[in-house]
Amino acid sequence: MFRLEARTSTPAWFNLALPLLAIAVALVLCSGLIAIAGAGVIEAYSVMLSASLGDSYAITETLVRAAPMIFTGLAVATAFRAKFWNIGAEGQLLAGAVASCAVGAIPMPGYLAMLLMALVGAAAGAIVALVPATLRVKFKVDDVVSSLLLNSVIYYALMALIEGPWKDTFSGYPISPPIEDSANFPVLIEGTRLHIGVVVALIAAPLIWFLIARTTLGFRIRVTGENPEAARYGGINVQRVLLSTALLSGALAGLAGVGEVGGVHFQVMSDISPGYGYSGIVVAMLARLNPLGVVPAALFLAAVMTGAEAMSRATGVPAFLSDVIQGTALLAMLVALLFTAYRVRRVGASA
Amino acid sequence: MSAPLIEMRGITKSFGAVKANEAVDLAVAPGEILGLLGENGAGKTTLMNVLFGAYAPDAGEILVGGRPVAIHNSADALAAGIGMVHQHFHLAPRLTVLENLLIGIPGKSGRIDRAGGLARLKEIGRQHGLSLDPDLPVSALSVGEQQRLEIIKALFRGAKLLILDEPTAVLAPSEVDGLFAALRSMAAQGLGIIFISHKLNEVRALTHRCVVLRHGKVAGRVDHPAGTTSAEMAKLMCGHEIVPPAKGESTPGASVLTLDGISTSGHAGTTLREVSLFVRSGEILGIAGVSGNGQRALADVISGMLSPDTGTMTIAGKAVAQFSPRELQALGLGRIPEDRMTTGLVTNLPLADSMVLPRIGTEAFSRKGLLNPAAIRAFAEAQIKAYDIRCPGPMVRAGALSGGNLQKALLARELAFDPKVLIVSQPTRGLDIGAARFIHEKFMVMRGKGCGIIVISEDLEEMLMLSDRIAVMYEGRIAGTLFGADATVARLGLMMTGAEGRS
Ligand SMILES: Nc1ncnc2c1ncn2[C@@H]1O[C@H](COP(=O)(O)OP(=O)(O)OP(=O)(O)O)[C@@H](O)[C@H]1O
Ligand SMILES: [Mg+2]
Repeated sequence: MFRLEARTSTPAWFNLALPLLAIAVALVLCSGLIAIAGAGVIEAYSVMLSASLGDSYAITETLVRAAPMIFTGLAVATAFRAKFWNIGAEGQLLAGAVASCAVGAIPMPGYLAMLLMALVGAAAGAIVALVPATLRVKFKVDDVVSSLLLNSVIYYALMALIEGPWKDTFSGYPISPPIEDSANFPVLIEGTRLHIGVVVALIAAPLIWFLIARTTLGFRIRVTGENPEAARYGGINVQRVLLSTALLSGALAGLAGVGEVGGVHFQVMSDISPGYGYSGIVVAMLARLNPLGVVPAALFLAAVMTGAEAMSRATGVPAFLSDVIQGTALLAMLVALLFTAYRVRRVGASA
Repeated sequence: MSAPLIEMRGITKSFGAVKANEAVDLAVAPGEILGLLGENGAGKTTLMNVLFGAYAPDAGEILVGGRPVAIHNSADALAAGIGMVHQHFHLAPRLTVLENLLIGIPGKSGRIDRAGGLARLKEIGRQHGLSLDPDLPVSALSVGEQQRLEIIKALFRGAKLLILDEPTAVLAPSEVDGLFAALRSMAAQGLGIIFISHKLNEVRALTHRCVVLRHGKVAGRVDHPAGTTSAEMAKLMCGHEIVPPAKGESTPGASVLTLDGISTSGHAGTTLREVSLFVRSGEILGIAGVSGNGQRALADVISGMLSPDTGTMTIAGKAVAQFSPRELQALGLGRIPEDRMTTGLVTNLPLADSMVLPRIGTEAFSRKGLLNPAAIRAFAEAQIKAYDIRCPGPMVRAGALSGGNLQKALLARELAFDPKVLIVSQPTRGLDIGAARFIHEKFMVMRGKGCGIIVISEDLEEMLMLSDRIAVMYEGRIAGTLFGADATVARLGLMMTGAEGRS
């Protein structure tokens, strides 16, 4: 017989072992689905692997996909550290995309345009995130619910925009006008989509790590998240910390949208994000809210997404499998987190 | 002695390298109240958790009525007739008293047996004088009433042995008398009771026999607690004598903290009504009173957690404008909260973080928004050394420390900055006498250095030993202040019940 026993400390290697365990469990569980869909499990996974990491082009595609999830992952990790439950990275991303698209469409020198797109996009995301944070601080409204519901509000506002004023009058498609060519983010490797925004995302992760670990704001975020009462007693303005966290988190999610507009799509359409905001939650949890862990976690999900499309073409297993893997990985991770608080002990089978 | 109700034999339990219990033997007979004593970290709670099934022992066995039993969880323990009242209660705050009693008790054909529950509750109330309104939600109960509910809950489930882990730490002196009467009545009817406390006078008054643990092992047994002195028991616990701190002469200087006509509202619990008081440098002012007479609001106002509606406060001659922790700290106020775990420390973060928390924004620990990790660590290490805080190092989770060591850490973090005024609530609650002595000595040293100290405590003995003056709170007011020889337990007791007022 086994039983759970509370533990007082968790070994450091858990931080690496738990996400790997969660991923392995997810892949094993999903192999059952692949088999049901009538494909060979080994074949399906090897197609996924080669399509996402098999050659240099595949790797750049995976990186391009990872960039928005690095940003949303950082957004969620930062927010969750302060126990600001920001489930709204998706809406903040869309707001960032719309705002940066509007700026990018204004003719001006390219570098200025890119800079302004980033600033305005981040600001848009930050303002959106401020809504649930303010509601919580002022009126004790549950931030999970309000930030989640806001996603739909932003999404339908975006739809109204591209079905209405922004509608492409020439083709009649619900697509916004493109940004200026000069505002398109520079591509780093000719013939790929690897744009400068990916590099920015990769740099953002260590910066956010530094902010959380080594600045007074980061200290206040950590303390507020762990024990708001002790924080208040210690002279920390808890409400201000929550609002600052929301601004930071929303800005990061907004930058995810900026990257998609400036580096990938150059305009806004209804499916500009295949749920990168929600994937950010999976990324942050797999990373155990560590900003440095966000990068590998985002790369993993990106590889699954790119790989799943190729696998679907080659084996006929629906590409939705990537969503299932994501969801299962999140669930497995949440279960695995149990082991940070408890250990399993074997006890004598006497009764 | 009659045949034991329960017996623990050779119990050993380790946490990593720490041997929390080592070859402990213990037995309780029906009708016996057994005291379990020991310093903080001696292994009392661990031993009781083994008995209650929360931990599996590494070695040893438990016998109930002479037969070995395996206890893997609290359900097994309850089935074996063992009930436990933990220091932190396990109640559902939104449910009523009766509903809490009925949780997990299967009724007839899946329905809750309300009438049967009510009858049992009444019977227990009649037998032991433990009554509660069955329809009151738990959130409306005082701490003492919640504890009563936990005891009733254990009896309700048919406990023949009741374990109480430091039950009196959360009670006011008057509530302690009620608890003791109930425990004596239960023992008289054949129940066995294990009673844990750091207050030796309580142990001597209540228990029939004591077991003393030291470093996880049985250090001694006391067969006639009533006929044994507290000093003898203390020596068994610590292995050496405990000398009370010398209270040197001190001539109070100018007032360092003055409250004038402070009234509050909008605070859970008793509000303050026109409270005026002062404490001078080099003086210890005790605030006595039955719990719930406004002490919490007073502590909150002085420590900047609550802004008063009217009235003024000055620290070292400067008027307080904002009543924020930060402003008060800047004016030279040191604060130690009543609840170490929830208000004082961040249990999930490294100890060092908690030790620098109130001053993280100052030059000492950060510059231009960047932390100085080396300075933070060095500060924590220095304090750990200076205050002999027992822990693996500054990076250990604060929550892993024992109560006494947590209190030392909080004291260290405030005293390191030489406060002009110090406000402390319940400074030695839950601490063993050695640790309490250490804290008291530090107060005396600060007093000698000219710090003005306000001690809010429900422990009258502590109050009388420490204070130069004692102010008694009653229903949100200062009922009166006593000095020197005037301050006796009898006088204080009268004033605390509102029977006498004087300034
Ligand atoms: N879950 C745990 N994991 C690791 N160590 C533990 C755990 N519980 C207790 N300990 C350690 O075991 C020892 C005994 O602790 P225990 O809580 O039983 O002491 P205690 O006598 O109840 O002290 P106190 O008077 O402070 O309540 C201590 O050194 C403590 O740090
Ligand atoms: Mg204990």
